[in-house]
Amino acid sequence: MRFSNTLRVALRALRRNTMRSLLTALGMIIGVAAVITMVSIGNGAKVQVEAQVASLGQNLITVMPGSFSSGGMRGGFGSSVTLTPEDAEAIAAEVSDIDGLSAEVRDRNQVLANGLNWNTNVNGVGPDYPYVRNWPIASGAMFTEQDVKSLAKVAVIGKTVAEQLFPNEDPIGQTIRIRNLPFRIVGLLTTKGFSVFGSDEDDVVLIPYSSHMRRVSRRTSISMIRIQAASPEKIDSVKLNVEDLLTQRRRGREPDFTVRTQEELATAATQANKTMTGLLAGIAGVSLIVGGIGIMNIMLVSVTERTREIGIRLAIGAHGGDVLTQFLIEAILLSSLGGLVGVGVGIGGSQLLSSYNGWPVVVPTTWIFISVAGSAFVGIISGFYPAYKAAQLDPIDALRYE
Amino acid sequence: MAPVVQIKDIHKIYESGEVPVHAVRGVTLDIQRGEFVALMGASGSGKSTLMNMLGCLDRPTRGTYLLDGIDVDKLDRNELADLRNQKLGFVFQGFNLLSRTTALENVELPMLYGRHRKVSMEEIRERAMHCLEIVGLAKRFDHFPNQLSGGQQQRVAIARGLVNQPQVLLADEPTGNLDSKTSVEVMGVFQQLNDQGITIVMVTHELDIAHYCKRNLILRDGVVVRDEPVQNRLIAAVEMEKLKQAEAAAKLTVGAGA
Repeated sequence: MRFSNTLRVALRALRRNTMRSLLTALGMIIGVAAVITMVSIGNGAKVQVEAQVASLGQNLITVMPGSFSSGGMRGGFGSSVTLTPEDAEAIAAEVSDIDGLSAEVRDRNQVLANGLNWNTNVNGVGPDYPYVRNWPIASGAMFTEQDVKSLAKVAVIGKTVAEQLFPNEDPIGQTIRIRNLPFRIVGLLTTKGFSVFGSDEDDVVLIPYSSHMRRVSRRTSISMIRIQAASPEKIDSVKLNVEDLLTQRRRGREPDFTVRTQEELATAATQANKTMTGLLAGIAGVSLIVGGIGIMNIMLVSVTERTREIGIRLAIGAHGGDVLTQFLIEAILLSSLGGLVGVGVGIGGSQLLSSYNGWPVVVPTTWIFISVAGSAFVGIISGFYPAYKAAQLDPIDALRYE
Repeated sequence: MAPVVQIKDIHKIYESGEVPVHAVRGVTLDIQRGEFVALMGASGSGKSTLMNMLGCLDRPTRGTYLLDGIDVDKLDRNELADLRNQKLGFVFQGFNLLSRTTALENVELPMLYGRHRKVSMEEIRERAMHCLEIVGLAKRFDHFPNQLSGGQQQRVAIARGLVNQPQVLLADEPTGNLDSKTSVEVMGVFQQLNDQGITIVMVTHELDIAHYCKRNLILRDGVVVRDEPVQNRLIAAVEMEKLKQAEAAAKLTVGAGA
């Protein structure tokens, strides 16, 4: 018997009992819809956390000075004073696949303007800094490479500083004084909010790192270098190249720097979320199994109820295999059609939830395939026993069955 | 030409109960092509058991059965199914149509299981339609069994039995569930088919129905006690005419009384 015929027979049998078919499929619909909804919620939460991590900057690699040790006393990370602007320039010049790079010098200073004063973070950075930190300028502009070279006295300020020093006026073009040196404000950063660690990111004044080192802090070393790799795949190779280059520049001295990638930070943040998604998927999987058992029950009842039909089919020439295939196809069709509808219901449900609760919901395409394939698989498993039972019937007994 | 059915000394013993039941005790029988045989006997005479064995639904305990020259005893379950599909047509007592399935789809069913045939759906449909025409139900092809009368359902069942052009058409009490007029109607269909050369074997316990056949076999206690050609064979068309006249007369009388 050709497969298309069996398919036709199975379709006819399903159509003949539309109500029973729908009820059977309902178990699968609920199961799959639950899987899709739960995973969508879990995924939405994950994406949200990832967005928070990404707000630190995209594909970020940071170079920090290593620990300083002298006469047995060891400083912590960043205590060494050997990371220089020249290191940053060398990296920018020699390492490929870099989208942006900014040296950074950190300090805290009293800042005066307008008869007001405010103690804030005064950071020396490069012109790429807003790009690398994924932190656009709200008004005005970032200072330029030229400003860095000429040790210009220009500044870009964060929202909090602007509010504290210029409560009622536009800060652009105004002057602030840092260590009694006047800095002209050329730009205002957008609001960034609080960092992952709880400090106010907007409480900051950015000036060219060269000006910072020569005019303000009089340091010879920088606090860190932020590098943005061209793509997530390039992060590892850029990290290695940076390490090689810096080691080379140290000419055999102990490596006195640390290179870290953002992923190391992101891993910890997403770990908790993975557990959550796993839990949700587990609950959903149980409902899928329950749906499968529902299909098995209906198919078993169906075999008993349709004993006579099976007898007729066997008497007029159906092989046991034909009956087996027919019942299997019925079960698989029911469960995978149920699965498909369930995907629709699941997507609809999670969108509804999202608009109602404001939860971020992301429907993962892989899970759509997994749940449809999974429901078809459950169909095979739960359909096999009833189908096998039907195929083993003796035609005479089946025909006599009332 | 070899007989289409050759049975030699077959026995059937059911071992399922405490005491083995010897249902068929040595039947030897040849049925030629084009015959129209009625198997008769009281209940328990073994006629249904013999019929099941003729229909390859059951195997004899002892003895040989050649259907169209093929030794049935040597075939496995699936080969038997193919044999039933291609050489035999079944008409069951309770019609045994699939419910909620149209007349046409019921007739198509045996062709869907034709093992060695690669027939297109169009041809299947066409042949099923042709068989419905033979039994005079072409107009009702899209009716469901519950929308058809008993006689019409039985005719659908006959069309289903014919659709694979079987060597033998087997009917198990085809008129058992029908009133006398519908029975004559169904026997008319059988006689027509037999005139076209189709071999028919049917089980019945009604003597008058057996008289529409050409040969009567009487079974008692698992053995054939009588095997004879039918004298004064009834012709369905003639009987139908008589019935109609009788009915008309009855109506006339009733009409006159009113």
